Amino acid sequence: MQISSSGELPLATEHDIVLARQAVRRMSQQQGFSLVDQTKMVTAASELARNTLIYGGGGNLKWSLINDGIKRGLRLTFEDQGPGIPNLELAMTDGWSSGTGLGLGLTGTRRLVNEFEIDSTVGVGTRVVITRWK
Amino acid sequence: MERIPILRMGEFLLVTIQVDMHDQLALQLQDDLTRAIEKKGAKGVLVDISSLEMVDSFIGRMIADISGMARILDAKTVLVGMQPAVAITLVELGLSLPGVATALNVERGMKLLRQALHESNSDADFIKR
Repeated sequence: MQISSSGELPLATEHDIVLARQAVRRMSQQQGFSLVDQTKMVTAASELARNTLIYGGGGNLKWSLINDGIKRGLRLTFEDQGPGIPNLELAMTDGWSSGTGLGLGLTGTRRLVNEFEIDSTVGVGTRVVITRWK
Repeated sequence: MERIPILRMGEFLLVTIQVDMHDQLALQLQDDLTRAIEKKGAKGVLVDISSLEMVDSFIGRMIADISGMARILDAKTVLVGMQPAVAITLVELGLSLPGVATALNVERGMKLLRQALHESNSDADFIKR
């Protein structure tokens, strides 16, 4: 797998969520995603960016345009130095919510992408990596 | 302050969301719309989202909440113009907007609102007799 370009965006305010969505839309188009796939990736990014801001207290979004042979894709990493998720297994259960959301956040987002990885340590932070291929 | 405009069309209110909303703007709309229903005595609300390229769980919840709040204020909400890619993504995300009336476009949405208003008027006539 090769990285053709990469960068980083801050996730510190609500407006940053909007900017992140717009950047992910542009990158999805650049990678030749279909309209449905673009929409799924943008929606997934919006969900995770909001989690980073609200639960993680802010953080950043690292993006990379990747390719694997002739396959092109987009990988997004959401990182925060927030409180972390105490019970990751529970958080990944459909319908579970800590109270302010709809309980769709993480499990719903996982259904919108091809690859989904989550790492979280209490007191250290949370990192979610999603990848979608064309 | 940035706001989504709410237009009055007879007994109905029309909201056309044309910008990529940040969360506060979505909440502001909820607030403005419930006030407008009360102030104008609106019987129906048409929410046009044909320009929206994405609806995530936050905006989805805002739409469902508007519909619920309007119902309690005796107004019917119809959501119109959702793009197919948005509908596909929303259902896959797990949000199928139960309890929210939908129509394909503004014209059909208006028809639905008029029908609902007509039905409730004829019910009222029946009770008076």
